[in-house]
Amino acid sequence: MSDLSGYTPERTDWGRFALRWGLFVILGLFALWYLAPLFVMLTTSVKTLEEIRTGSLIALPREITFEPWAKAWSQACSGITCEGLRPYFFNSILLAVPSVAISTVIGALNGYVIAQWRFRGADTIFALLLFGCFIPFQVVLLPMAKMLGLLGLAGTIPGLMLVHVVYGIGFTTLFFRNFYVTIPADLLKAAKVDGAGFLRIFVSIFLPLSVPIVVVSIIWQFTQIWNDFLFGVSFSSAGSQPVTVALNNIVNSTTGVKEYNVDMAAAIIAALPTLLVYVVAGKYFIRGLTAGSVKG
Amino acid sequence: MAPVLTIRNLRKAYGETVILHDVNIEIEEGDFLVLVGPSGCGKSTLLNCIAGLEPITGGSVAIGGREMTKAPPKDRDIAMVFQSYALYPTMTVAKNITFGMKVRGVDSATQKRKLEEVARQLQISQLLDRKPGQLSGGQRQRVAMGRALVREPKLFLFDEPLSNLDAKLRVEMRTEIKRLHQDLGASMVYVTHDQIEAMTLATKIVVMKGGVIQQIGAPSEIYNRPANMFVADFMGSPAMNLIPATVENGQVAIAREGDEPILIDLPGGASLPRDVVLGLRPEDIVEPGARSGAHVVPARCKVEVVEPAGADTYVVSRLGGAAVTARLSAETQARAGQPLDVAFDLGKASFFEPQTGARLN
Ligand SMILES: Nc1ncnc2c1ncn2[C@@H]1O[C@H](COP(=O)(O)OP(=O)(O)OP(=O)(O)O)[C@@H](O)[C@H]1O
Ligand SMILES: [Mg+2]
Repeated sequence: MSDLSGYTPERTDWGRFALRWGLFVILGLFALWYLAPLFVMLTTSVKTLEEIRTGSLIALPREITFEPWAKAWSQACSGITCEGLRPYFFNSILLAVPSVAISTVIGALNGYVIAQWRFRGADTIFALLLFGCFIPFQVVLLPMAKMLGLLGLAGTIPGLMLVHVVYGIGFTTLFFRNFYVTIPADLLKAAKVDGAGFLRIFVSIFLPLSVPIVVVSIIWQFTQIWNDFLFGVSFSSAGSQPVTVALNNIVNSTTGVKEYNVDMAAAIIAALPTLLVYVVAGKYFIRGLTAGSVKG
Repeated sequence: MAPVLTIRNLRKAYGETVILHDVNIEIEEGDFLVLVGPSGCGKSTLLNCIAGLEPITGGSVAIGGREMTKAPPKDRDIAMVFQSYALYPTMTVAKNITFGMKVRGVDSATQKRKLEEVARQLQISQLLDRKPGQLSGGQRQRVAMGRALVREPKLFLFDEPLSNLDAKLRVEMRTEIKRLHQDLGASMVYVTHDQIEAMTLATKIVVMKGGVIQQIGAPSEIYNRPANMFVADFMGSPAMNLIPATVENGQVAIAREGDEPILIDLPGGASLPRDVVLGLRPEDIVEPGARSGAHVVPARCKVEVVEPAGADTYVVSRLGGAAVTARLSAETQARAGQPLDVAFDLGKASFFEPQTGARLN
């Protein structure tokens, strides 16, 4: 605590105390509000069907069973097949990892060129890319379907990958461009005088500076692609569906009794990777979002 | 031997805005060329054009006798120190210095040898493993110099390398750069808007204003025979006194407040128009009796301000409607509001045309 002489200590302390606890209470309430569904999901996912039918929604489980998790992972039925989420989960990984990597690399190169090499028309191209960020998913569905058909990629994972990369480039370019414009032009000039070329300068000087913004791009793209449903449901076929589509099918499958515990477990499994990415890289995310606002 | 740098009719424009007009410069091996001028006059732009970092709109650039107008920076055999230093933030000092050699494929033994040599020369050997962020301004400046020195180029380009340093360090580094120039015998183009730096370092000065070269010459020439009123006013501190005067019957008359005009015989019987501006350095207004000769004229002036500056005292009075500064010794008896006897030494006086500002004598 800094000592601010000239203030009446008791009153300041009281005011500060009340303010702080008031804030805590409000934030705590919000946290509860947001955590409640997660709580219900978690508890429901480890209850037996019997308990769910008889007990209360918010009660803690009387006995814990991981049966629903196992079933959600490998046996739950979606439509006609009953293989659980597993194959679709791996579809999503197969889809998300390369898409994230490709769109991040392209975004970084775009940002580097637009912000640092300043060719004629750079601003126009950037404006157009930015415009791409604001085009709603629904608008591109039909043209995209047509294009995938022409390319022979309809209903395949590479096709879906292409969709996500194309859609993501606007965002990743925006991130990297805004990051690179804060880097003084003299750095590029110095490297040019040192004799380095376009790619050399990018790899040796700009990329090592870009860790925070790379993390932002990865988190953003991963969450977008992993959580996407519309593109997934539109452009995939039976074998190439991502996990979100499979989850929908499991939850909506009409055969037999409604297994809420399996549905909840499946939903949590489907959401785990994005949670994990946030936990691992979250602090870089915050840092990256504010990067450039403070001079390094 | 071919000149190190030849710039012919260089023009540079961004769209409609012309930044540099018809620049012609030539420097010889070992020259220390200083580009001075007020902020925004195009000094950095010119340096970037020499380095090949900016394409030029017209004219030609040759380095070491080889045509370089269209060559990329790496082929020009130059090294550059930037105003912001532009050190690579993620590399250590050692990597910063050797990066250029690495790019050019110099073998690692040579890299190591040159690195050590330069580090010793600049006294940064103990800093080689640090990142630029962990260095002070002066240390960064040295690293930036080191990066240029290892290149051993035909031509060094410096863009205000000292402007980010505090006053004391600036003077130290100035001396060091001068020593470096003498030791290496290298050719340099050095940008500054500090006219003292220009005077102390240069073998040749280019004074620029608004993208136009005002004068090129040795420091003494620029100082003693400024080509126009802008150069006269810009170079030297305190600035040259520019006193409106009239010429009649071979005599210069300077109006004095509440007194007869001062009349001075024109030195050398030069022929001048009626209205002129007399340019007189503060050190050419001296205590009476300090100098002698036909061109030394005693006069009495009313003192307005007295500014002691250590070794010298600057005494300001008003002549011909302009504030006039004399550089007198610290022992001067001048008091504000009192009259003071001084002597005008017109031996090195300059005369300018009042409208165009051009030199007349
Ligand atoms: N990319 C650009 N586009 C348009 N005008 C520019 C550009 N770069 C510089 N200028 C203009 O060119 C003029 C000269 O700039 P320059 O940086 O060469 O000045 P300087 O003499 O180095 O000034 P300082 O002493 O402040 O560094 C300025 O008026 C500036 O606004
Ligand atoms: Mg400049």
